[in-house]
Amino acid sequence: MADKILKELTIRVWRQKDAKSKGKLESYKINNISGGTSFLEMLDILNEELINKGTEPIAFDHDCREGICGMCSLFINGRAHGPDDDITTCQLHMRKFKEGETITIEPWRAGAFPVLKDLIVDRTAFEKVLQSGGYISVNTGGVPDGNAIPISYDDAEEAMDAAACIGCGACVATCKNSSAMLFVSAKVSHLAKLPQGRVEATRRAKNMVAKMDELGFGNCTNTGACEVECPKGISIANIARLNREFLSATIKE
Amino acid sequence: MSSFLSSSIGKKLIMSLSGLFLIVFVLVHLVLNSFLLFDSTGELFNAGAHFMSLPVIRFGLQPVLFGGFIIHIIYAITLTLQNMKARPQKYAVQNLGNSSTWSSRNMFVLGGLVLVFIAMHLMHFFVPIQIQGNVHDDAQLVKALFTDESMGLVYTGLYVLGGILLGLHLAHGFWSAFQSIGFSNKIWRKRLEKVSYFYAFFIAAGFVIIPLYLHFFA
Repeated sequence: MADKILKELTIRVWRQKDAKSKGKLESYKINNISGGTSFLEMLDILNEELINKGTEPIAFDHDCREGICGMCSLFINGRAHGPDDDITTCQLHMRKFKEGETITIEPWRAGAFPVLKDLIVDRTAFEKVLQSGGYISVNTGGVPDGNAIPISYDDAEEAMDAAACIGCGACVATCKNSSAMLFVSAKVSHLAKLPQGRVEATRRAKNMVAKMDELGFGNCTNTGACEVECPKGISIANIARLNREFLSATIKE
Repeated sequence: MSSFLSSSIGKKLIMSLSGLFLIVFVLVHLVLNSFLLFDSTGELFNAGAHFMSLPVIRFGLQPVLFGGFIIHIIYAITLTLQNMKARPQKYAVQNLGNSSTWSSRNMFVLGGLVLVFIAMHLMHFFVPIQIQGNVHDDAQLVKALFTDESMGLVYTGLYVLGGILLGLHLAHGFWSAFQSIGFSNKIWRKRLEKVSYFYAFFIAAGFVIIPLYLHFFA
């Protein structure tokens, strides 16, 4: 069956020359977009038209375009990664939009994620949080034989679920407080649930939370919006675990 | 320890512990208020109010209660100011309706309105009974407020509104407090949310029914 064609759409997009300039929303018309077009392909088509007209194309982050790299972002019609659930922007398709619709596209908004150009934000803050403790200090060697280190099924599953975090920043973008708790909790949890990561668990929780606070992310108020908008469905049960890890780290000192 | 108290999770722990303390307090308060429903003579309520005026309560527990309120309010303001600063540039379009509940996003506003209500409420009852100490029949003072010829209906409406605001605040606050302590996981989250909604409804319904009963049936 042929895809539905959207005859005309209005794209309202944030344009900002560079980090220092003041940006504003600008509107563009785009015609004859197939419902099977991905959202980023639609932006590619729009950019080609802009280039042909001699206008600066819209800058946006993207890389793998298959939902695993965490590079794409975009706050579309008021939601991180747009109107679909459990996907990244690159996996969003134009069939989710209506004929004649005005689509507003904004960059992630957070003090810790400054806009570099148009829709591109600087997510170095996440790397800084990871550098403060999101690793295992010892060389754990090559891939061990299956079941050489006994790990219960539930622990392995929970660790893997937390490790699914791709660090895209949708949690921060969605959170009304720009809190990075879901990201930090996922990074703390996926190591805390495994014996290799357990050794440094308390130090890790303390250092990563301290770095997160220092970088100007907001405080979690448990609204739960992050887990709904997370493309990987990371649960806020991880935030409860981070709270436990952090509190026990404080008591142990 | 100071780094703990200045950390985001430390501040939230204080919010949740002071919140849980206040959650227990509102239940005690509701139980005492409910004496008005069960004894129309007001003797039972007066006995309860008299007990609450005993020196051990007034000088032992009341300062702790006020302390709990003040800590909860100060930390709420600190955390909210930090959260506002964390997003200097706002979104032009933001749709949070399908990812979080209204009450969870408006805890500061709801808390502020509850505080305004509490200020009015203290003027009505706490000041004359405990500060001025010139009230002999506490139940009569309460009944008089809600059955006042000109303002009775207005006060009844304000107290009903106060109960609803408190209920909305508790609907998120109750389970959120456990989440902040770390006492939650995928299974307990659902249980805690159910208990939270039940508790919030119970408290709100209790505080709503009493002024309505006094206004229309007493």
